[in-house]
Amino acid sequence: MNLTLHIWRQPSRDAPGRVVTYEAPDVSPDMSFLEMLDVLNDRLTNRGEEPVAFEHDCREGICGSCSLMINGVPHGPRRGSATCQLHMRSFTDGDHIWIEPFRAKAFPVIKDLVVDRSAFDRIIQAGGYIGVSTGSAPDANAIPVPKEAADRAMDAAACIGCGACVAACPNASAMLFTAAKVTHLGLLPQGQPERLRRALDMVTQMDVEHFGGCTNYGECHAACPKQIPLQTIAQLNRDYLKAALLNRR
Amino acid sequence: MRLDPKIPSGPIAQKWERHRFDMKLVSPANKRRYTIIVVGSGLAGASAAATLGELGYTVLCFSFHDSPRRAHSIAAQGGINAAKNYRNDGDSVYRLFYDTVKGGDFRSREANVYRLADLSLNIIDQCVAQGVPFAREYGGLLDNRSFGGAQVSRTFYARGQTGQQLLLGAYQALERQIAAGHVRMLTRMEMLDLVVVDGTARGIVTRDLVTGKVASYAADAVVLGTGGYSNVFFLSTNAKACNVTATWRAYKRGAAFANPCYTQIHPTCIPVAGEYQSKLTLMSESLRNDGRVWVPKAKGDRRRPNEIPESERDYYLERKYPSFGNLAPRDIASRSAKEVCDEGRGVGETAQGVYLDFADAIERLGEQAIRDRYGNLFEIYERITDENPYQVPMRIYPAPHYTMGGLWVDYNLMSTIPGLHVIGEANFSDHGANRLGASALMQGLADGYFVLPYTIGDYLASAKLDPLDVAHGAFRAVEDEVEARTRRLLSIKGTRTVDVFHQALGRLMWNACGMSRNASGLREALERIPGMREEFWEDVTVLGGGEELNQSLEKAGRVADFLEFGELMCRDALERNESCGGHFREEYQTAEGEALRDDSRYAHVAAWEYRGPDREPARHREALTFENVPLAQRSYK
Amino acid sequence: MSWLPAFYRSTVGKKILMAVTGIILVVFVIEHMVGNLLTFKGPDAINAYAAFLKSSKEVLWTFRIGLLVTLIIHVDSMVQLTRLNRSSRPPAGRYAKTTHQAATPAARSMRWGGVFLLLFLVYHLLHLTTGTVHPDFSHTDVHHNLMVAFRIPWKVAMYGAAMVALAMHLYHGVWSLFQTLGVSHPHLEKPRLWLATALAVVIPLGFVSIPLAILLGVIT
Ligand SMILES: Cc1cc2nc3c(=O)[nH]c(=O)nc-3n(C[C@H](O)[C@H](O)[C@H](O)COP(=O)(O)OP(=O)(O)OC[C@H]3O[C@@H](n4cnc5c(N)ncnc54)[C@H](O)[C@@H]3O)c2cc1C
Ligand code: HEM
Ligand code: HEM
Ligand code: SF4
Ligand code: F3S
Ligand code: FES
Repeated sequence: MNLTLHIWRQPSRDAPGRVVTYEAPDVSPDMSFLEMLDVLNDRLTNRGEEPVAFEHDCREGICGSCSLMINGVPHGPRRGSATCQLHMRSFTDGDHIWIEPFRAKAFPVIKDLVVDRSAFDRIIQAGGYIGVSTGSAPDANAIPVPKEAADRAMDAAACIGCGACVAACPNASAMLFTAAKVTHLGLLPQGQPERLRRALDMVTQMDVEHFGGCTNYGECHAACPKQIPLQTIAQLNRDYLKAALLNRR
Repeated sequence: MRLDPKIPSGPIAQKWERHRFDMKLVSPANKRRYTIIVVGSGLAGASAAATLGELGYTVLCFSFHDSPRRAHSIAAQGGINAAKNYRNDGDSVYRLFYDTVKGGDFRSREANVYRLADLSLNIIDQCVAQGVPFAREYGGLLDNRSFGGAQVSRTFYARGQTGQQLLLGAYQALERQIAAGHVRMLTRMEMLDLVVVDGTARGIVTRDLVTGKVASYAADAVVLGTGGYSNVFFLSTNAKACNVTATWRAYKRGAAFANPCYTQIHPTCIPVAGEYQSKLTLMSESLRNDGRVWVPKAKGDRRRPNEIPESERDYYLERKYPSFGNLAPRDIASRSAKEVCDEGRGVGETAQGVYLDFADAIERLGEQAIRDRYGNLFEIYERITDENPYQVPMRIYPAPHYTMGGLWVDYNLMSTIPGLHVIGEANFSDHGANRLGASALMQGLADGYFVLPYTIGDYLASAKLDPLDVAHGAFRAVEDEVEARTRRLLSIKGTRTVDVFHQALGRLMWNACGMSRNASGLREALERIPGMREEFWEDVTVLGGGEELNQSLEKAGRVADFLEFGELMCRDALERNESCGGHFREEYQTAEGEALRDDSRYAHVAAWEYRGPDREPARHREALTFENVPLAQRSYK
Repeated sequence: MSWLPAFYRSTVGKKILMAVTGIILVVFVIEHMVGNLLTFKGPDAINAYAAFLKSSKEVLWTFRIGLLVTLIIHVDSMVQLTRLNRSSRPPAGRYAKTTHQAATPAARSMRWGGVFLLLFLVYHLLHLTTGTVHPDFSHTDVHHNLMVAFRIPWKVAMYGAAMVALAMHLYHGVWSLFQTLGVSHPHLEKPRLWLATALAVVIPLGFVSIPLAILLGVIT
């Protein structure tokens, strides 16, 4: 099939960017979306034009590197999958496809479609861990964890840190990402001692990084390749409220 | 070059215990004064950096990723082994040790493997305490499964995302140390060379991938946890950015490279679909627990699978290995698939594939049971191939997956360059010629959490290191080399893209040094690679500049190293005149087509020493002795 | 109370304040709507009710001030959050193309709908409480005030429009406040949607029934 691509090009962080249109002829429906871009890049390089910079690594939906806004939807039209898992059979001949970077004040564009998502790491630094130093752990089976709790913790822990939630949210809020971690750790007995502090500190950092607040739009969940449940956000709010009332800091 | 494995004396079960006591300690007040560079923040690197930070060292941790959480370890699906014997099914540290030595086809160091099996217990404890949400039973205790042909259930798992969860555990521990100021994390920084001063590793030279700035960092010790080199084949299950650069640069600075030809081909991957294919996707091996592998009996049978009657199907694994059947070890399952495809019995459009059929299991257990077990894997498959595996058998084909070879290290995980330590997949240490499923995660974490933090202390406490910083001339000299190379890559302005060269190298390596090898193919490859390299340096095109984010430039540097490394791999394969584990030489097989080891001549580690661009590398040996697990032919009949 | 400033500064804290004040406002509108329905029982019923509400100045003003403060907190949080949210994705970084997958029109109209409600409220107070914009206002005869007001079709239409805004605001607001206050469980998903739908339908309908009834001559 033949497609028309409208791709955001921006040479560097501070330079202005614009949308450039490229034709993509003879696209096979079995190609992945990123392979389609590989082919485009090869063609551009052969023409002496700089290839489009975009992030990717595992190409199987787990590393969270890939990050494209495709026709206004992060990771494209397929629910529950990352851009690298999207195949061209989701499009039809003659389609126009808009490809833009994930946008948020907290995610500055580095080049073309590559953005800086290190704000997420700093949110984790603020408290997204269980403070246990190597070698001090009790036997793994010493503390039983109810299966339901373990399963729900795993649901939340599946987050790949891609930032699609932020990209999709009209407020550019990082609530789903933050909530996923707070929920994952908060559901486990091991995560209890730091639970309230964690919620306070991670939310504070989220704000420092200039992410927006949550209006409960639900766009984040719809865009999330791991379909992190919205209930995690409620969990975060609850922990935060409790922490504030009990004055835990 | 002398290869001293420094294996502690004493009975196998007490070596590590004793050694830990014998090692020197760095006093708590002094630790801060030592700077340690950790390159890589995968399971091995992140766990090491976090633990060293906790101990109080000053740690600089580098990764070319934008976040430590993106390291390729994230992609491991199946699980992690530990000899907990929670199942009471007869597992023990000794059994895990035994299985690993045997699984590695007697090409690993017993002492290391025993330590690994022993530490496996602590790893699970540590990870659970960090909040890794391992699968549990209704009673709240940890669940286990049997994996990759093991006779006991010792694999711990977190859905199909074990690597992700373990890495996030290590990543979070690392972020905690970053917040505490003990670790400085430098992301989007690629190590492009090692700096050796007076024979000891004292720092690295990096390129900032965003600004292009080349800079040096000095330290008292350097640790490489930079992963494996499966991408020498271009198509592999590894992430696109995995590469050999860090270890290869270290090799060229004097670290011996051990067993580069030991590569593992994973039997259950989704076959190649077309020319544009950029990587291969692994389907968890657990699928083989219920799926049956078959191809048509007749050559060139192009009928659809459902039209081929039972009597015209060849369930070749069940036929050849009645006791293990579809669960035969990876190398055997892979090679058998290649054999039937080479015979012209492959399936799918490219005829490079075999069926993995769940029809029987669905009939026996019901579709729901299969959905519960493999639902997400089936979905991945359907997403990629657009075929429904509940109705038509899956098509699978082997793909490069893991590399057992790596920089040579002694028992203390130190390479032949004093001060340079190597951990995780980047070293050669524990898996011999073949790695068992669910053992790489175990090794990466054992190295990072529990081995290196001790042994590096011993090194620092014993070595007499002069203080030095990046003003030392050695750093400037290496920086100049790195910069010159970058400039050169940018100035070629040829006609072919980097990928074209990478693909060509990959195809060559796959044919000559892939699942099975033979002397004439390897010789031919050895003749062709230097030519490819020359062409690359004359005709590659890398657009853009050096002072910006330039993904083509990054790739070009990595492929340039693969073009050198591939040669060493073929050389190693050619020199090892036997078949063992993942290294199958067609000339050396039994009448039934099984790998034929030659213990009298090859029960050793081959470690290669770089001797300059114009001289062939030297092959050194570290003899392997087997005092606890008697040498025996592997048999999975 | 040392936590309060930090709480108020954070996005989550502000949002929780919105939810708490939102609940108070919801309770008020329910009460107000039910009270208004007395109009159907005849002039005396509603006038007596109004007189009862105003019987104690202290209670009346405590109530009014409380409501005002509630509204101020609600609106102030909204203004602050809106500002923050806008700056989290500055105009230069807007998408060339956006597609909503989940956000309902109700959710997306919270801000403008809220502003509209505020404007309505100002008008409404000038209209039926102070009588400033009422052609023939009586401080004691609420029934009369209503009859005069709602014989004019465009006034009814205006109140009707405000009730549509209220319906939307309640639909998303009530659903959302559970989330904001952390009251969430898979079993609660459906009940909270029902509750939001019910309130969003019943309250505005209850309100608007009076102007409509007057216009159509059901109440005379
Ligand atoms: C698809 C797949 C599934 C797997 N499943 C399993 C499984 O179920 N069980 C199991 O035990 N094993 C499994 N493995 C193997 C296992 O995942 C890996 O061997 C292991 O995770 C490697 O960890 P590592 O820390 O050594 O390297 P990696 O995780 O690859 O990390 C390498 C790190 O080094 C950095 N780096 C590399 N080079 C440089 C440089 N030059 N400069 C700066 N930074 C650099 C990278 O940024 C990265 O942070 C699987 C592997 C694959 C490919
Ligand atoms: C009749 C009076 C009102 C009632 C009953 C009411 C009720 C509510 C409720 C229950 C919420 C949900 C809070 C949450 O999501 O947790 C809410 C949110 C909101 N209200 Fe109101 N409100 C009223 C008036 C107003 C006014 C006058 C404005 C603005 C001028 C306003 C603006 C908003 C906005 C913008 C939100 C969404 C805030 C966010 O999610 O970020 N509301 N309201
Ligand atoms: C069709 C709908 C409505 C009608 C017919 C109506 C009618 C009235 C009347 C008659 C009064 C004066 C009562 C008195 O003076 O004793 C009043 C007061 C008031 N109304 Fe409404 N109302 C409607 C909708 C609303 C809505 C939606 C809100 C809130 C958002 C609201 C908020 C108020 C307030 C705050 C007062 C002042 C109460 C006080 O005196 O302190 N009204 N309304
Ligand atoms: S919550 Fe979902 S969308 Fe957000 S970072 Fe995690 S995986 Fe990506
Ligand atoms: S889309 Fe945004 S508003 Fe909240 S529910 Fe998701 S973060
Ligand atoms: S490339 Fe790793 S998630 Fe898409």
